Amino acid sequence: MVVGFNEWAGDSAIFLLGIASMNGYTAELSNGRAIHYIDPKRWLWLLSVFYPLQPFLGIWLHAETAHEAWLLLPLFLGYVVGPTMDSLLGEDNNNPPDEIVPQMERDPYYRRLTYAIVPLHFLSLIVTAWWAGTQQLSWWAFTCLALVAGLTSGLAINTGHELGHKKSKLERRLAQIVLAVPVYGHFWIEHNRGHHRDVSTPGDPASARMGESIYRFAIREVPGAFKRAWAIETERLERRGRSVWSTDNQILQSTLLSGMVQLGLLLVFGWLMIPFLLIHNVFAWWQLSSANYVEHYGLLRLTDADGKVERCQPWHSWNSNHIYSNLVLFHLARHSDHHAHPLRRYQSLRHFEDLPTLPSGYFGSYLLAYLPWLWYRVMDKRLLALPHVQGDLARVNIDPARRQVLYEKYAQATNNE
Amino acid sequence: MSEFRCPECGYAFNEERGDEHEGYPPGTRFDSLPDDFACPDCAVRFKEDFVPGFGDGHCSNE
Repeated sequence: MVVGFNEWAGDSAIFLLGIASMNGYTAELSNGRAIHYIDPKRWLWLLSVFYPLQPFLGIWLHAETAHEAWLLLPLFLGYVVGPTMDSLLGEDNNNPPDEIVPQMERDPYYRRLTYAIVPLHFLSLIVTAWWAGTQQLSWWAFTCLALVAGLTSGLAINTGHELGHKKSKLERRLAQIVLAVPVYGHFWIEHNRGHHRDVSTPGDPASARMGESIYRFAIREVPGAFKRAWAIETERLERRGRSVWSTDNQILQSTLLSGMVQLGLLLVFGWLMIPFLLIHNVFAWWQLSSANYVEHYGLLRLTDADGKVERCQPWHSWNSNHIYSNLVLFHLARHSDHHAHPLRRYQSLRHFEDLPTLPSGYFGSYLLAYLPWLWYRVMDKRLLALPHVQGDLARVNIDPARRQVLYEKYAQATNNE
Repeated sequence: MSEFRCPECGYAFNEERGDEHEGYPPGTRFDSLPDDFACPDCAVRFKEDFVPGFGDGHCSNE
Protein backbone atom coordinates (compact mmCIF):
# COMPACT_ATOMS: atom_id res chain seq x y z
CA MET A 1 0.00 0.00 0.00
CA VAL A 2 1.27 3.42 -0.85
CA VAL A 3 1.53 5.72 2.10
CA GLY A 4 2.06 9.43 1.74
CA PHE A 5 4.33 11.37 3.98
CA ASN A 6 4.88 14.92 4.98
CA GLU A 7 8.50 15.60 5.60
CA TRP A 8 9.36 18.42 7.89
CA ALA A 9 12.44 20.09 6.55
CA GLY A 10 14.85 22.43 8.26
CA ASP A 11 15.11 26.14 7.69
CA SER A 12 17.51 25.56 4.83
CA ALA A 13 14.59 24.29 2.76
CA ILE A 14 13.29 27.86 2.74
CA PHE A 15 15.55 28.37 -0.27
CA LEU A 16 13.45 25.93 -2.20
CA LEU A 17 10.24 27.84 -1.59
CA GLY A 18 7.96 27.78 -4.56
CA ILE A 19 10.01 25.27 -6.50
CA ALA A 20 7.83 22.50 -7.80
CA SER A 21 9.65 19.56 -9.24
CA MET A 22 9.84 15.82 -9.31
CA ASN A 23 11.66 16.10 -6.02
CA GLY A 24 8.61 17.52 -4.35
CA TYR A 25 7.20 20.82 -3.26
CA THR A 26 8.15 23.16 -0.49
CA ALA A 27 5.97 25.75 1.17
CA GLU A 28 6.07 27.94 4.23
CA LEU A 29 3.52 27.39 6.97
CA SER A 30 1.83 30.26 8.78
CA ASN A 31 4.14 29.67 11.77
CA GLY A 32 7.15 30.30 9.55
CA ARG A 33 8.30 26.69 9.30
CA ALA A 34 8.88 25.06 5.97
CA ILE A 35 7.03 21.98 4.82
CA HIS A 36 8.33 19.65 2.14
CA TYR A 37 6.04 17.27 0.34
CA ILE A 38 6.63 14.56 -2.21
CA ASP A 39 3.51 13.36 -3.98
CA PRO A 40 3.61 9.57 -3.55
CA LYS A 41 1.21 9.10 -6.45
CA ARG A 42 3.05 11.36 -8.90
CA TRP A 43 4.42 8.59 -11.09
CA LEU A 44 1.63 6.17 -10.37
CA TRP A 45 -0.74 8.40 -12.33
CA LEU A 46 1.00 7.04 -15.43
CA LEU A 47 -1.27 4.04 -14.94
CA SER A 48 -4.15 6.25 -16.12
CA VAL A 49 -2.16 7.09 -19.24
CA PHE A 50 -1.25 3.54 -20.18
CA TYR A 51 -4.50 1.86 -19.19
CA PRO A 52 -6.29 2.85 -22.43
CA LEU A 53 -3.72 0.75 -24.28
CA GLN A 54 -5.05 -2.43 -22.65
CA PRO A 55 -6.61 -3.83 -25.86
CA PHE A 56 -3.10 -4.02 -27.37
CA LEU A 57 -2.10 -6.56 -24.76
CA GLY A 58 -4.84 -8.97 -25.78
CA ILE A 59 -4.31 -8.35 -29.49
CA TRP A 60 -0.57 -8.92 -29.20
CA LEU A 61 -1.00 -12.20 -27.30
CA HIS A 62 -3.64 -13.31 -29.80
CA ALA A 63 -1.26 -12.52 -32.66
CA GLU A 64 1.56 -14.42 -30.96
CA THR A 65 -0.36 -17.52 -29.93
CA ALA A 66 -3.43 -17.62 -32.23
CA HIS A 67 -5.54 -18.29 -29.14
CA GLU A 68 -8.61 -16.06 -29.31
CA ALA A 69 -9.10 -16.32 -25.56
CA TRP A 70 -6.30 -13.79 -25.11
CA LEU A 71 -8.61 -11.14 -26.52
CA LEU A 72 -10.57 -11.47 -23.28
CA LEU A 73 -7.62 -10.31 -21.24
CA PRO A 74 -8.72 -6.66 -20.84
CA LEU A 75 -12.16 -7.82 -19.64
CA PHE A 76 -10.34 -10.02 -17.14
CA LEU A 77 -8.25 -6.99 -16.10
CA GLY A 78 -11.40 -4.96 -15.54
CA TYR A 79 -13.65 -7.46 -13.84
CA VAL A 80 -11.22 -9.74 -12.00
CA VAL A 81 -7.84 -8.03 -11.63
CA GLY A 82 -9.36 -4.61 -10.84
CA PRO A 83 -11.48 -5.66 -7.84
CA THR A 84 -8.67 -7.95 -6.66
CA MET A 85 -6.09 -5.19 -6.81
CA ASP A 86 -8.42 -2.89 -4.91
CA SER A 87 -8.84 -5.49 -2.24
CA LEU A 88 -5.10 -6.28 -2.08
CA LEU A 89 -3.72 -2.75 -2.24
CA GLY A 90 -6.45 -1.30 -0.08
CA GLU A 91 -7.11 2.33 0.61
CA ASP A 92 -5.05 5.46 0.52
CA ASN A 93 -6.24 8.32 2.72
CA ASN A 94 -3.31 10.58 2.00
CA ASN A 95 -4.04 14.22 1.24
CA PRO A 96 -1.52 16.77 0.05
CA PRO A 97 -1.11 19.55 2.64
CA ASP A 98 -3.28 22.60 1.88
CA GLU A 99 -0.19 24.81 1.65
CA ILE A 100 1.18 22.61 -1.13
CA VAL A 101 -1.99 22.28 -3.18
CA PRO A 102 -1.59 25.51 -5.20
CA GLN A 103 1.84 24.32 -6.42
CA MET A 104 0.50 20.91 -7.32
CA GLU A 105 -2.39 22.49 -9.19
CA ARG A 106 0.03 24.63 -11.20
CA ASP A 107 2.49 21.82 -11.91
CA PRO A 108 2.03 21.16 -15.66
CA TYR A 109 3.12 17.52 -15.32
CA TYR A 110 -0.30 16.37 -14.11
CA ARG A 111 -2.30 18.08 -16.81
CA ARG A 112 0.11 16.89 -19.51
CA LEU A 113 -0.77 13.33 -18.59
CA THR A 114 -4.40 14.07 -19.39
CA TYR A 115 -3.38 15.63 -22.72
CA ALA A 116 -1.26 12.59 -23.59
CA ILE A 117 -4.17 10.20 -23.21
CA VAL A 118 -6.31 11.93 -25.84
CA PRO A 119 -4.49 10.59 -28.94
CA LEU A 120 -4.03 7.21 -27.24
CA HIS A 121 -7.80 6.77 -27.09
CA PHE A 122 -8.10 7.32 -30.84
CA LEU A 123 -5.21 4.94 -31.44
CA SER A 124 -6.73 2.33 -29.17
CA LEU A 125 -10.09 2.40 -30.96
CA ILE A 126 -8.54 2.35 -34.43
CA VAL A 127 -6.17 -0.53 -33.69
CA THR A 128 -8.90 -2.59 -32.04
CA ALA A 129 -11.26 -1.91 -34.97
CA TRP A 130 -8.49 -2.90 -37.38
CA TRP A 131 -7.99 -6.20 -35.60
CA ALA A 132 -11.73 -6.88 -35.44
CA GLY A 133 -12.18 -5.93 -39.08
CA THR A 134 -9.25 -7.82 -40.59
CA GLN A 135 -8.94 -11.07 -38.63
CA GLN A 136 -11.08 -14.14 -39.12
CA LEU A 137 -12.50 -14.11 -35.60
CA SER A 138 -15.21 -16.31 -34.20
CA TRP A 139 -18.40 -14.41 -33.36
CA TRP A 140 -17.70 -14.50 -29.62
CA ALA A 141 -14.13 -13.25 -29.99
CA PHE A 142 -15.36 -10.46 -32.25
CA THR A 143 -18.00 -9.49 -29.68
CA CYS A 144 -15.43 -9.58 -26.88
CA LEU A 145 -13.11 -7.35 -28.85
CA ALA A 146 -15.92 -4.83 -29.37
CA LEU A 147 -16.65 -4.96 -25.64
CA VAL A 148 -12.96 -4.42 -24.88
CA ALA A 149 -12.97 -1.40 -27.16
CA GLY A 150 -16.05 -0.05 -25.37
CA LEU A 151 -14.62 -0.73 -21.92
CA THR A 152 -11.55 1.24 -22.93
CA SER A 153 -13.49 4.12 -24.47
CA GLY A 154 -15.42 4.38 -21.21
CA LEU A 155 -12.11 5.65 -19.86
CA ALA A 156 -12.16 8.31 -22.59
CA ILE A 157 -15.28 9.69 -20.89
CA ASN A 158 -13.32 9.80 -17.65
CA THR A 159 -10.50 11.68 -19.37
CA GLY A 160 -13.05 14.03 -20.94
CA HIS A 161 -14.52 14.53 -17.48
CA GLU A 162 -11.20 15.64 -15.99
CA LEU A 163 -10.40 17.92 -18.94
CA GLY A 164 -13.91 19.32 -19.37
CA HIS A 165 -14.04 20.73 -15.85
CA LYS A 166 -11.20 23.15 -16.45
CA LYS A 167 -11.28 26.76 -17.57
CA SER A 168 -8.57 26.72 -20.20
CA LYS A 169 -9.64 26.64 -23.84
CA LEU A 170 -7.11 23.90 -24.58
CA GLU A 171 -8.47 21.54 -21.95
CA ARG A 172 -12.08 22.16 -22.93
CA ARG A 173 -11.26 21.55 -26.57
CA LEU A 174 -9.41 18.34 -25.71
CA ALA A 175 -12.44 17.23 -23.69
CA GLN A 176 -14.64 17.69 -26.76
CA ILE A 177 -12.13 15.80 -28.88
CA VAL A 178 -11.64 12.81 -26.57
CA LEU A 179 -15.41 12.53 -26.01
CA ALA A 180 -15.76 12.02 -29.75
CA VAL A 181 -14.24 8.53 -29.31
CA PRO A 182 -17.26 7.13 -27.41
CA VAL A 183 -19.69 9.45 -29.30
CA TYR A 184 -20.50 11.28 -26.08
CA GLY A 185 -19.78 14.88 -27.05
CA HIS A 186 -22.70 16.20 -25.02
CA PHE A 187 -21.24 14.84 -21.81
CA TRP A 188 -19.10 17.74 -20.68
CA ILE A 189 -22.01 20.19 -21.03
CA GLU A 190 -24.47 17.81 -19.44
CA HIS A 191 -22.12 16.95 -16.60
CA ASN A 192 -20.69 20.38 -15.80
CA ARG A 193 -23.79 22.46 -16.28
CA GLY A 194 -26.52 19.92 -15.58
CA HIS A 195 -25.40 17.16 -13.26
CA HIS A 196 -23.31 19.35 -10.96
CA ARG A 197 -26.22 21.78 -10.61
CA ASP A 198 -28.90 19.11 -10.04
CA VAL A 199 -26.90 16.31 -8.38
CA SER A 200 -28.75 14.19 -5.82
CA THR A 201 -32.14 15.66 -6.63
CA PRO A 202 -34.99 13.42 -7.84
CA GLY A 203 -35.01 15.11 -11.24
CA ASP A 204 -31.33 14.49 -12.00
CA PRO A 205 -31.10 11.77 -14.66
CA ALA A 206 -27.49 11.16 -13.58
CA SER A 207 -28.26 10.47 -9.89
CA ALA A 208 -29.56 6.98 -9.10
CA ARG A 209 -32.53 6.47 -6.80
CA MET A 210 -32.87 3.96 -4.00
CA GLY A 211 -34.57 0.82 -5.32
CA GLU A 212 -33.69 1.66 -8.93
CA SER A 213 -31.61 -1.07 -10.54
CA ILE A 214 -28.62 -0.01 -12.61
CA TYR A 215 -30.42 -1.30 -15.72
CA ARG A 216 -33.48 0.88 -15.19
CA PHE A 217 -31.21 3.74 -14.20
CA ALA A 218 -29.24 3.55 -17.45
CA ILE A 219 -32.44 3.64 -19.51
CA ARG A 220 -33.46 6.84 -17.69
CA GLU A 221 -29.97 8.34 -17.57
CA VAL A 222 -28.71 8.01 -21.15
CA PRO A 223 -31.58 9.83 -22.92
CA GLY A 224 -32.24 12.13 -19.95
CA ALA A 225 -28.66 13.35 -19.89
CA PHE A 226 -28.65 13.97 -23.61
CA LYS A 227 -31.90 15.95 -23.44
CA ARG A 228 -30.57 18.10 -20.61
CA ALA A 229 -27.31 18.81 -22.47
CA TRP A 230 -29.24 19.71 -25.62
CA ALA A 231 -31.54 22.05 -23.67
CA ILE A 232 -28.58 23.80 -22.01
CA GLU A 233 -26.74 24.25 -25.30
CA THR A 234 -29.91 25.40 -27.12
CA GLU A 235 -30.46 28.04 -24.46
CA ARG A 236 -26.89 29.31 -24.81
CA LEU A 237 -27.13 29.44 -28.60
CA GLU A 238 -30.46 31.26 -28.47
CA ARG A 239 -28.90 33.92 -26.25
CA ARG A 240 -26.18 34.28 -28.86
CA GLY A 241 -28.76 34.52 -31.63
CA ARG A 242 -27.41 31.39 -33.29
CA SER A 243 -29.28 28.41 -34.62
CA VAL A 244 -28.97 25.18 -32.70
CA TRP A 245 -27.90 23.62 -35.99
CA SER A 246 -24.97 26.03 -36.41
CA THR A 247 -21.29 25.15 -36.17
CA ASP A 248 -21.30 26.96 -32.81
CA ASN A 249 -23.15 24.03 -31.26
CA GLN A 250 -20.49 22.40 -29.08
CA ILE A 251 -22.34 19.09 -29.02
CA LEU A 252 -22.46 18.93 -32.80
CA GLN A 253 -18.76 19.84 -33.06
CA SER A 254 -17.78 16.76 -31.09
CA THR A 255 -20.40 14.57 -32.77
CA LEU A 256 -19.12 15.60 -36.18
CA LEU A 257 -15.69 14.32 -35.23
CA SER A 258 -17.27 11.07 -33.97
CA GLY A 259 -19.05 10.72 -37.30
CA MET A 260 -15.83 11.20 -39.24
CA VAL A 261 -13.95 8.61 -37.17
CA GLN A 262 -16.70 6.00 -37.25
CA LEU A 263 -17.54 6.54 -40.92
CA GLY A 264 -13.84 6.28 -41.71
CA LEU A 265 -13.62 2.93 -39.89
CA LEU A 266 -16.70 1.74 -41.77
CA LEU A 267 -15.22 2.70 -45.14
CA VAL A 268 -11.87 1.09 -44.40
CA PHE A 269 -12.91 -2.10 -42.59
CA GLY A 270 -16.37 -2.68 -44.06
CA TRP A 271 -19.78 -3.64 -42.72
CA LEU A 272 -18.34 -5.54 -39.72
CA MET A 273 -17.77 -2.11 -38.22
CA ILE A 274 -21.53 -1.63 -37.82
CA PRO A 275 -21.96 -4.23 -35.05
CA PHE A 276 -18.45 -3.49 -33.74
CA LEU A 277 -19.07 0.22 -33.29
CA LEU A 278 -22.60 -0.27 -31.97
CA ILE A 279 -21.33 -2.57 -29.22
CA HIS A 280 -18.35 -0.26 -28.62
CA ASN A 281 -20.48 2.86 -28.23
CA VAL A 282 -23.12 1.34 -25.99
CA PHE A 283 -20.56 -0.40 -23.77
CA ALA A 284 -18.58 2.85 -23.41
CA TRP A 285 -21.75 4.66 -22.31
CA TRP A 286 -22.44 1.79 -19.93
CA GLN A 287 -19.15 2.51 -18.16
CA LEU A 288 -20.29 6.06 -17.46
CA SER A 289 -23.74 4.84 -16.38
CA SER A 290 -21.98 2.49 -13.95
CA ALA A 291 -19.96 5.34 -12.45
CA ASN A 292 -22.98 7.63 -12.22
CA TYR A 293 -25.04 4.86 -10.65
CA VAL A 294 -22.67 4.24 -7.75
CA GLU A 295 -21.70 7.86 -7.16
CA HIS A 296 -24.98 9.19 -5.74
CA TYR A 297 -27.22 6.14 -5.20
CA GLY A 298 -30.17 7.15 -3.01
CA LEU A 299 -28.57 10.36 -1.74
CA LEU A 300 -30.93 13.31 -1.55
CA ARG A 301 -30.55 17.05 -1.17
CA LEU A 302 -33.47 18.20 0.97
CA THR A 303 -35.97 20.84 -0.06
CA ASP A 304 -36.95 23.44 2.55
CA ALA A 305 -40.44 24.87 3.18
CA ASP A 306 -39.89 27.56 0.53
CA GLY A 307 -39.10 24.92 -2.08
CA LYS A 308 -35.38 25.74 -2.05
CA VAL A 309 -33.05 22.79 -2.51
CA GLU A 310 -30.12 22.62 -0.12
CA ARG A 311 -26.61 23.02 -1.49
CA CYS A 312 -24.67 19.94 -2.49
CA GLN A 313 -22.91 18.75 0.66
CA PRO A 314 -20.11 16.23 1.16
CA TRP A 315 -22.67 13.60 2.20
CA HIS A 316 -24.36 13.76 -1.20
CA SER A 317 -21.73 11.58 -2.91
CA TRP A 318 -20.41 8.07 -2.33
CA ASN A 319 -16.64 7.85 -2.04
CA SER A 320 -13.89 5.31 -2.15
CA ASN A 321 -10.21 5.60 -1.34
CA HIS A 322 -9.23 2.33 -3.00
CA ILE A 323 -6.01 3.25 -4.63
CA TYR A 324 -6.05 1.06 -7.70
CA SER A 325 -9.47 2.32 -8.89
CA ASN A 326 -8.47 5.87 -8.13
CA LEU A 327 -5.20 5.62 -10.05
CA VAL A 328 -6.96 4.31 -13.15
CA LEU A 329 -9.75 6.89 -12.92
CA PHE A 330 -8.01 10.12 -11.92
CA HIS A 331 -9.24 10.13 -8.32
CA LEU A 332 -12.85 10.04 -9.50
CA ALA A 333 -13.87 8.12 -6.40
CA ARG A 334 -12.94 11.06 -4.17
CA HIS A 335 -16.25 12.30 -5.32
CA SER A 336 -17.42 14.55 -2.50
CA ASP A 337 -14.45 16.85 -2.89
CA HIS A 338 -15.00 16.84 -6.64
CA HIS A 339 -18.59 18.03 -6.19
CA ALA A 340 -17.58 20.63 -3.61
CA HIS A 341 -14.85 21.97 -5.88
CA PRO A 342 -15.54 20.87 -9.46
CA LEU A 343 -12.49 22.63 -10.89
CA ARG A 344 -10.00 21.09 -8.47
CA ARG A 345 -7.50 18.99 -10.40
CA TYR A 346 -7.36 15.24 -9.87
CA GLN A 347 -3.96 15.26 -8.18
CA SER A 348 -5.24 17.41 -5.31
CA LEU A 349 -8.66 15.90 -4.62
CA ARG A 350 -8.96 15.11 -0.94
CA HIS A 351 -10.21 12.39 1.32
CA PHE A 352 -12.39 13.44 4.26
CA GLU A 353 -13.48 11.45 7.28
CA ASP A 354 -17.08 10.31 7.79
CA LEU A 355 -18.20 10.51 4.17
CA PRO A 356 -20.61 8.05 2.56
CA THR A 357 -18.30 5.22 1.55
CA LEU A 358 -18.67 2.53 -1.08
CA PRO A 359 -17.88 -1.04 0.00
CA SER A 360 -15.13 -1.33 -2.62
CA GLY A 361 -13.33 0.61 -5.32
CA TYR A 362 -15.17 1.37 -8.55
CA PHE A 363 -14.17 -1.91 -10.19
CA GLY A 364 -15.80 -3.94 -7.43
CA SER A 365 -18.69 -1.54 -6.92
CA TYR A 366 -19.67 -1.81 -10.59
CA LEU A 367 -19.80 -5.60 -10.30
CA LEU A 368 -21.93 -5.31 -7.20
CA ALA A 369 -24.28 -2.92 -9.01
CA TYR A 370 -24.70 -5.42 -11.88
CA LEU A 371 -26.37 -7.77 -9.37
CA PRO A 372 -29.22 -5.57 -8.14
CA TRP A 373 -30.43 -7.88 -5.35
CA LEU A 374 -26.94 -7.95 -3.87
CA TRP A 375 -26.41 -4.22 -4.42
CA TYR A 376 -29.63 -3.43 -2.51
CA ARG A 377 -28.61 -5.77 0.30
CA VAL A 378 -25.27 -4.03 0.74
CA MET A 379 -26.08 -0.45 -0.16
CA ASP A 380 -29.58 0.13 1.23
CA LYS A 381 -28.25 -0.71 4.67
CA ARG A 382 -25.32 1.69 4.22
CA LEU A 383 -27.58 4.39 2.87
CA LEU A 384 -30.05 4.22 5.76
CA ALA A 385 -27.21 4.13 8.29
CA LEU A 386 -25.75 7.44 7.11
CA PRO A 387 -25.74 10.06 9.89
CA HIS A 388 -27.82 12.52 7.87
CA VAL A 389 -30.40 9.85 6.95
CA GLN A 390 -30.73 7.85 10.21
CA GLY A 391 -33.16 5.41 8.66
CA ASP A 392 -35.56 8.13 7.52
CA LEU A 393 -36.73 7.33 3.99
CA ALA A 394 -37.96 10.91 3.57
CA ARG A 395 -34.28 11.84 3.44
CA VAL A 396 -33.54 9.44 0.60
CA ASN A 397 -33.80 9.86 -3.18
CA ILE A 398 -36.23 7.01 -3.65
CA ASP A 399 -37.55 5.42 -6.83
CA PRO A 400 -41.27 6.36 -7.02
CA ALA A 401 -42.06 2.91 -8.45
CA ARG A 402 -40.50 1.24 -5.40
CA ARG A 403 -41.62 3.75 -2.78
CA GLN A 404 -44.50 1.70 -1.36
CA VAL A 405 -42.46 -1.50 -1.20
CA LEU A 406 -39.48 0.17 0.47
CA TYR A 407 -41.62 2.03 3.00
CA GLU A 408 -43.31 -1.24 3.91
CA LYS A 409 -40.00 -3.08 4.07
CA TYR A 410 -38.49 -0.53 6.40
CA ALA A 411 -41.78 -0.16 8.32
CA GLN A 412 -42.38 3.51 7.80
CA ALA A 413 -45.60 5.30 6.95
CA THR A 414 -45.47 6.88 3.50
CA ASN A 415 -46.98 10.07 4.89
CA ASN A 416 -43.72 10.60 6.78
CA GLU A 417 -42.37 12.87 4.10
CA MET B 1 -19.71 49.02 -14.41
CA SER B 2 -19.04 46.29 -11.92
CA GLU B 3 -17.72 42.83 -11.81
CA PHE B 4 -19.28 39.92 -9.98
CA ARG B 5 -17.28 36.88 -8.98
CA CYS B 6 -18.09 33.29 -8.25
CA PRO B 7 -16.82 32.61 -4.72
CA GLU B 8 -16.08 28.98 -5.58
CA CYS B 9 -14.10 29.09 -8.80
CA GLY B 10 -13.32 32.75 -9.39
CA TYR B 11 -15.32 33.10 -12.61
CA ALA B 12 -15.86 36.83 -13.11
CA PHE B 13 -18.87 38.36 -14.80
CA ASN B 14 -17.79 41.79 -15.98
CA GLU B 15 -20.76 43.93 -16.95
CA GLU B 16 -18.72 45.99 -19.39
CA ARG B 17 -17.41 42.95 -21.25
CA GLY B 18 -20.37 40.61 -20.78
CA ASP B 19 -19.67 37.00 -21.68
CA GLU B 20 -19.72 36.39 -25.38
CA HIS B 21 -19.46 32.61 -25.16
CA GLU B 22 -22.47 32.46 -22.86
CA GLY B 23 -24.41 34.89 -25.03
CA TYR B 24 -24.38 37.91 -22.71
CA PRO B 25 -23.38 40.95 -24.79
CA PRO B 26 -21.12 43.74 -23.47
CA GLY B 27 -23.08 46.02 -21.17
CA THR B 28 -25.27 43.26 -19.72
CA ARG B 29 -26.21 44.19 -16.15
CA PHE B 30 -25.63 41.44 -13.63
CA ASP B 31 -29.12 42.17 -12.28
CA SER B 32 -30.61 41.35 -15.63
CA LEU B 33 -29.20 37.80 -15.66
CA PRO B 34 -31.86 35.12 -15.16
CA ASP B 35 -32.70 34.32 -11.53
CA ASP B 36 -31.54 30.75 -11.97
CA PHE B 37 -28.17 31.87 -13.36
CA ALA B 38 -25.53 29.33 -12.33
CA CYS B 39 -21.80 29.95 -12.56
CA PRO B 40 -20.88 29.01 -16.16
CA ASP B 41 -17.61 27.41 -14.99
CA CYS B 42 -18.46 25.42 -11.86
CA ALA B 43 -22.31 25.47 -11.80
CA VAL B 44 -22.32 24.98 -8.02
CA ARG B 45 -22.74 28.66 -7.14
CA PHE B 46 -25.68 30.79 -8.23
CA LYS B 47 -26.58 34.38 -8.91
CA GLU B 48 -27.24 35.16 -5.24
CA ASP B 49 -23.81 33.80 -4.26
CA PHE B 50 -21.83 36.05 -6.58
CA VAL B 51 -19.70 38.67 -4.88
CA PRO B 52 -19.63 42.18 -6.33
CA GLY B 53 -16.33 43.98 -6.81
CA PHE B 54 -13.91 45.28 -9.37
CA GLY B 55 -11.17 43.25 -10.91
CA ASP B 56 -9.15 42.47 -13.98
CA GLY B 57 -11.29 39.53 -14.99
CA HIS B 58 -8.57 37.07 -14.06
CA CYS B 59 -9.90 33.68 -13.13
CA SER B 60 -8.36 31.54 -10.45
CA ASN B 61 -7.86 27.82 -10.89
CA GLU B 62 -6.36 28.36 -14.31
